[in-house]
Amino acid sequence: MSTASHIHLQRLEAESIRILRQVATDFERPVLLYSVGKDSSVLLHLAIKAFYPAKPPFPLLHVDTTFKFKEMIEFRDATAERLGLELVVYTNPEGLAANTNPFTHGSSRYTDIMKTEALRKALDEGKYDAAIGGARRDEEKSRAKERVFSHRSGGHVWDPKNQRPELWSLYNTRINPGESMRVFPLSNWTETDIWAYIYLQDIPMSELYLAKERPVVERDGALFMVDDERFPLNEGEQPEMRSIRFRTLGCYPLTAAIESTASTLAEVIIEMRSTHSSERSGRLIDKDQAASMEKKKKEGYF
Amino acid sequence: MSAADSAKLDMQQFIELESSKSMLKFITCGSVDDGKSTLIGRLLYDSQLLYDDQLEELKRDSKGRASVEEEIDFSLLVDGLAAEREQGITIDVAYRFFSTTRRKFIVADTPGHEQYTRNMATGASTAEAAVLLIDARLGVSTQTRRHAYILSLVGVKHILLAVNKIDLKDYSQELFEDICTDFDEFAGELGFKSVCAIPISALKGDNITTLSERMPWYRGMPLLTYLEELDPQRDDSFQFRFPVQRVTRPDLDFRGYAGTLAGGEIAVGDEIMVAASLKRSRVKSIVTMDGDLPAASKGDAVTVTLEDEIDISMGDVLHRPGEPLERSNQFQAHLIWMHEDPMLPERSYLMKIGTQMTSVQVTDLKYAIDINTSRHMPATKVDLNGIAVCNFASAQAIAFDAYKENPETGAFILIDRINNNTVGAGMIDFGLHRGQNLSWQSFEINRESRARMKHQKPAVIWFTGLSASGKSTIADILEQRLAAQNRHTYLLDGDNFRHGLNKDLGFTDADRVENIRRVAEVARLMADSGLIVMTAFISPFRRERRMAKEIVGDIDFVEVFVDTPLEICEARDPKGMYARARRGEIPNFTGISSAYEPPERADIHLDAGDRPAEELADEVLRQLQLD
Ligand SMILES: Nc1nc2c(ncn2[C@@H]2O[C@H](COP(=O)(O)OP(=O)(O)OP(=O)(O)O)[C@@H](O)[C@H]2O)c(=O)[nH]1
Ligand SMILES: [Mg+2]
Repeated sequence: MSTASHIHLQRLEAESIRILRQVATDFERPVLLYSVGKDSSVLLHLAIKAFYPAKPPFPLLHVDTTFKFKEMIEFRDATAERLGLELVVYTNPEGLAANTNPFTHGSSRYTDIMKTEALRKALDEGKYDAAIGGARRDEEKSRAKERVFSHRSGGHVWDPKNQRPELWSLYNTRINPGESMRVFPLSNWTETDIWAYIYLQDIPMSELYLAKERPVVERDGALFMVDDERFPLNEGEQPEMRSIRFRTLGCYPLTAAIESTASTLAEVIIEMRSTHSSERSGRLIDKDQAASMEKKKKEGYF
Repeated sequence: MSAADSAKLDMQQFIELESSKSMLKFITCGSVDDGKSTLIGRLLYDSQLLYDDQLEELKRDSKGRASVEEEIDFSLLVDGLAAEREQGITIDVAYRFFSTTRRKFIVADTPGHEQYTRNMATGASTAEAAVLLIDARLGVSTQTRRHAYILSLVGVKHILLAVNKIDLKDYSQELFEDICTDFDEFAGELGFKSVCAIPISALKGDNITTLSERMPWYRGMPLLTYLEELDPQRDDSFQFRFPVQRVTRPDLDFRGYAGTLAGGEIAVGDEIMVAASLKRSRVKSIVTMDGDLPAASKGDAVTVTLEDEIDISMGDVLHRPGEPLERSNQFQAHLIWMHEDPMLPERSYLMKIGTQMTSVQVTDLKYAIDINTSRHMPATKVDLNGIAVCNFASAQAIAFDAYKENPETGAFILIDRINNNTVGAGMIDFGLHRGQNLSWQSFEINRESRARMKHQKPAVIWFTGLSASGKSTIADILEQRLAAQNRHTYLLDGDNFRHGLNKDLGFTDADRVENIRRVAEVARLMADSGLIVMTAFISPFRRERRMAKEIVGDIDFVEVFVDTPLEICEARDPKGMYARARRGEIPNFTGISSAYEPPERADIHLDAGDRPAEELADEVLRQLQLD
């Protein structure tokens, strides 16, 4: 990476490191939202780099919806262990008590309670004043509008029509009591950049990104992995073993897989280059309603 | 060869190809509805950068939008906020990423609406080039000028003037050329390195990725080719600048300074200096997780360790000993105001420059800039989207470069103390106490020693009052009294200034301010040489007198208000000026057609009226209490 040939990635890396250092310097209780996916993994890698030889001065937070892939949870714990970092896991207790799940409550309500509301509560309980996330502007059109340091008023509300101007790399990190900041060090990375960086830096990734025989059912043309017995099968439905991988990681009942034989990182990247759909197409929550991402973000979703 | 092996090879090629592409950051700007968002959408669409599901969504969303008879409303691709889609305008910047076989692009699509100018400035601050759109039907507008002005202010060097909607004007060559001429007329003085004009239709796709058959008269490149070939001519001649962002101290054996090089380069063994303390040391190591580096250059985020234990903390800036930054608590800057509450000179703001933070106040709002005419206008406040030139005073001295020398170390933002909003963006022109960055050279002969030789304490006695109020007469008598006490004095007044040092100045507001500034600077130098200096200028504005006092700095400054009623001054009228002013022959004559702002609390207030000048001079002498 230190060779001159990857100037573009070097610049992105340096920009992210600068942002991460800024968070650590200007906030009292920052936290890094670690969602186990590829963007989180890059973010975490950059955080380690930013403070080297010290450790990142903030813990990792994972909002566990209870429906994450098993492999994600294993990978998460192994990663925190390997890096010797504090990991805070939060599950919305009320949602848990009500046995909230995507099957009977519907994906939208489930996401509201187990992700959005859970995140708000987790941040409040931890009294975190800055939450660092791995979102990128190229992911979605409302994200393309968001600042690197994105201000949240009390109640985690985002006011997209009234964002602070953000000039040069002079980030305004000031907040009043009760307010908070969402920080996006990967704002200017594209999906291609992420994969190229993972490849070049050899960043450990969840195996779910690589193709393997896994038990799946097909619904409306989308493939879902049956990760445990909670997945309700329809009449006559039988999980079958197919070679699949995932382009993004989330809750297994809401994350569609793609059929693939790409079992190494290089193969995945090469395959990705010829794809015709965006990475978010595999996520159900974006499609529920027009402008749904913006709405969710206003309410505190990442 | 296995699938994995061949993928690895492909991967190598892919990464090589990707990293061989250069990168260009540009923005689209121009007046509201000129077609900026449509153009970006069109670029993404034509360069086949949309995924199937995005395209489908776009077609779905385009239905029922009356604004276009075409199948697709391209602006929907970038106008991502619900409010934007409802109103059909852009409110905030959208950052989009695309690449062609030759180059990667980050484009910021900015709003044209005047209300959201701050968001345009946000996009412009990091852009290397700008596509400035003009609606062919409307030609150059105020907003075109405003955006062009902001582009020049933040230092965007390359302009692509896109004359859009040419389809609605029959692809007229004549119209295109007229608009180009109009633009050149006012943009000539804005200092752009290159301006290239292209007639386009963002909606129909003319001259976007390929040359349009509908404009055979156009002999240039299509827009995308221009963007691919543009050489941004990045300036790499910066001096080494390293603003310290964090002190890294994992254990007692390691003490490093984390930051991003804001200019130049540095190697292990090089000597460095700390801008504030002027302490020196050498670079011991440049640490990264990928291993120590022999050297680092502009843009690199590294951690530096030094040979010596010297006191360095967040906000310090490292430089090479022979290449200092300016250091001062006073400076002049261009300011873009970005908040509904206007900028008021007496108000204190937080200022962030690099990794430094301090409070700051405008000591002199020198002038506002009328973006239509580029003319300077007197102003007492700066409103939303206004641009002005101001003198600032900061609570702590800051280290900086002129913005033109290095934007990283010359740009700052202002933050409201109460609501923490970002309210202003500034670009430093120069420091005001140019002497101050040399203050560390302690001279053997200094003000104290010079004053001691004269057996007196230097001071500046600043007379203010209406024309013919008696300032010069009183000061003159005072000087005689002081001379009689063996004191070394000098009297500065209109006669010895207007004909010499200031003979290049007229009577515009700007010139009046400059006049006072020079008087104050000269008074300071003379007082520094040990003299008791008297000045006799009308100096009608509080702001200027405050500036004078600030310039004089830590030398005693005594404001003497010669309070003679206007009727008496007018009756005296030794040079017939009042009579002429009454006849309207002299514009801006203080007391008649221009205000005199009496001091709120003068150090010495002379109730002048008809008391004899000798008596008044004695009163000043008494109140001065010169030991
Ligand atoms: N005929 C014609 N119409 C165009 C062209 N380009 C844009 N338009 C139309 O002009 C209108 C405004 O386009 P936008 O792209 O939203 O304009 P904008 O400059 O982004 O506007 P703001 O961001 O709100 O300042 C839309 O109805 C477009 O369809 C063009 O080349 N020809
Ligand atoms: Mg627009």
